[in-house]
Amino acid sequence: DTITRFPGTCSLTLFVVFRATAGKLVGAGLLFMGGGLGGTILYAKWDPKFRANVEKSVPYSEQLFQMTLGPPASPAPLPKKAVSAPRHREYINTECVECKHEAPSAVKERPAEEVAVRLALQDQAEQDVLASLSTTLEEALGRTAKVTLQAVEAQDAAVQAICTHTQKLKEAMEDSEVSSDQKSTQWSALESALKERSKCVDNAADALQKARSELENLRGVIAAAKKSSVPGARAHILAAEENLHRMSVDLDNKVSKVQSAQTEAKIISQYSELVREAKTQFQKELNSITPDIQGGWKGLTGKLTADDLNSLIAHAHRRIDQLNRELAEQRVREQLRIETALEQQRLEDKKALDGAVAAALERRREEVRLEQERKVEEVREVMEAEMRTQLRRQAAAHTDHLRDVLKVQEQELRAEAQESLNRKLVEQETEFRRMNQQQINAFTQDVNTAFARLKGMEDAIDSHAVAEEEARRAHQLWLAVEALGYTLKTAAAEAPTEPLAGAVQAIRDSCGENEFAQALATALPEESLQRGVYSEASLRARFYSIRKLARRVAMIDETRNSLYQYFLSYLQSVLLFEPEQVAPPAKLSPDDMDTFKLLSYATYCIEHGDLELAAKFVNQLRGESRRVAQDWLKEARLTLETRQIVSLLSAYANAVGLGTTQAP
Amino acid sequence: MSEKELGRKWDRCLADTAVKLGAGLGLGIVFSVVFFKRRTWPISFGLGYGLGMAYSNCQHDFRSPYLLHGHVVKEQ
Repeated sequence: DTITRFPGTCSLTLFVVFRATAGKLVGAGLLFMGGGLGGTILYAKWDPKFRANVEKSVPYSEQLFQMTLGPPASPAPLPKKAVSAPRHREYINTECVECKHEAPSAVKERPAEEVAVRLALQDQAEQDVLASLSTTLEEALGRTAKVTLQAVEAQDAAVQAICTHTQKLKEAMEDSEVSSDQKSTQWSALESALKERSKCVDNAADALQKARSELENLRGVIAAAKKSSVPGARAHILAAEENLHRMSVDLDNKVSKVQSAQTEAKIISQYSELVREAKTQFQKELNSITPDIQGGWKGLTGKLTADDLNSLIAHAHRRIDQLNRELAEQRVREQLRIETALEQQRLEDKKALDGAVAAALERRREEVRLEQERKVEEVREVMEAEMRTQLRRQAAAHTDHLRDVLKVQEQELRAEAQESLNRKLVEQETEFRRMNQQQINAFTQDVNTAFARLKGMEDAIDSHAVAEEEARRAHQLWLAVEALGYTLKTAAAEAPTEPLAGAVQAIRDSCGENEFAQALATALPEESLQRGVYSEASLRARFYSIRKLARRVAMIDETRNSLYQYFLSYLQSVLLFEPEQVAPPAKLSPDDMDTFKLLSYATYCIEHGDLELAAKFVNQLRGESRRVAQDWLKEARLTLETRQIVSLLSAYANAVGLGTTQAP
Repeated sequence: MSEKELGRKWDRCLADTAVKLGAGLGLGIVFSVVFFKRRTWPISFGLGYGLGMAYSNCQHDFRSPYLLHGHVVKEQ
């Protein structure tokens, strides 16, 4: 309902604002606050953090939220740590299983059989891996060796071909005196040799490429084998590496040989080119001078004319001059060129040296590394063996230690057991004694209680007897008192009761040693004992005559007592009208002391049965009225006294009777 | 009975009055006849005398409870 209320309150507030009176403003304010509260509650329901904030800052908001929204949702505990822990442990497990001999602290020690099984499995796996590795390595090695051999052979063949070619070329260049047929055969042979060379070189290059790729493969395989890090395969790996290294070295050597042969061939070919060029140049020159001489010019000495010879000689001289000049120039430049060439050669030498040094260093490094690895492998083997012996020794020590500890523990446990047995025995004995004592105590207690009960019963019976005696006596007393009370009722209309002496005597007899009753019995007035008392009714009747008389002599007292006063008093009584009965007030005032008033009060009291109060009022009479009422007063007093005592006695007898009454 | 006392007193009083009146009357008559030539004044005198005596007696009787009797105490 807060959802529906919120827009309602907004619109209502707006509406109210436009007709703002005080009451409406107050109402609007209240609605606004209610809306705010509803909104807060809604938002707290949606966002628990906001709810927590509000609960912290506002004092009683907790209770409010509890009432409206219910208890706040508790945040779910993050299970990440629990998830990562087993994974980590898993990792530790796999790692440590490989260690084979250690039991890590984070994981509880596995039982021996499981470890053995796992070890066996691990060994098996290792063996398999080893076998596979070795097979792959061997395959790769074989392949690579074959290919490398092929490459090496191809390189050799190429070298050979290059050598033959250069040889042939050299021969072709040098043997220029040979006949043209031989020359042509030489040239054809040269060409074939060239072709052979190119083919061999190509073959060599291909083979080299293949060998190189195979070597790379082998290297990759070796790296993979190394990565798998199975210890038994190290020897294989080492051997494979050595083979690889050797093959690559051979290949490099062969390649270098081929390269040197090729450079030599290049030199020779360059030389041949130069020579050919010079020859053609010379031939061209010669043709330019003597166009019709062609072929070999050795056989032409007969055909040449003197001009031709001269020109030829001149040309030859010119050529010789030129050549001499060139030679001189060359000689001059030779030094420079030689120096530059030397420099270049030095640089190249240095480069070649560096390259060779680097290659040799590399090779050396490789060899050293291989050596190191081999040594490491050996050392590892040795260490493994040593570790095994140490572990065996440790295991033996451990078993000894265990045996000792077990012995000690056995003794301790034995002692402990003995001690606990003794303790239990002692406990049992004390328990037994305690139970015994307890039984005796219980028995004694029972006997005591029985005795006490017996005593109690005796006492009870005695007290019963006593109480019954008491009760009997009380009953007697009561009866006597009842008798006394009954005698009071024997008063006739005008005659007094019977004398109470007999009843009182009976009381005195029945109450015996009871002081109270005795006192009361003696407190009775003699008159009542001897003569008896008048009943209330008779007193009542007598009172009216008294009243009349007292009214008549109301004025007579010590000072006024002449006969004339008597007459006046009589006249007053006749003429004065007052109500016969007037309820007496709670407190008497002095003007209540008038005879007539007093008599009215007394009449009222008499009529209402209150003899005592009537007697009191009558006692207030003064003068002749008093003298007239004297006897009546005395009788009333007697009656009242007797009645009081009798009622006391009867109450006392009742009390005693109640006291001695026993509950059924 | 104290209430009867007054009645008795009145009885006595009346009786006494009667007696005294009678006696007064008698004596009056006697004196009037004997000594005073049958005049009436000694009769009324006698009656009055009788009544007065009776009245006084009556009054005294009624007053008697209130009369104080003094005693002379001889000095020692």
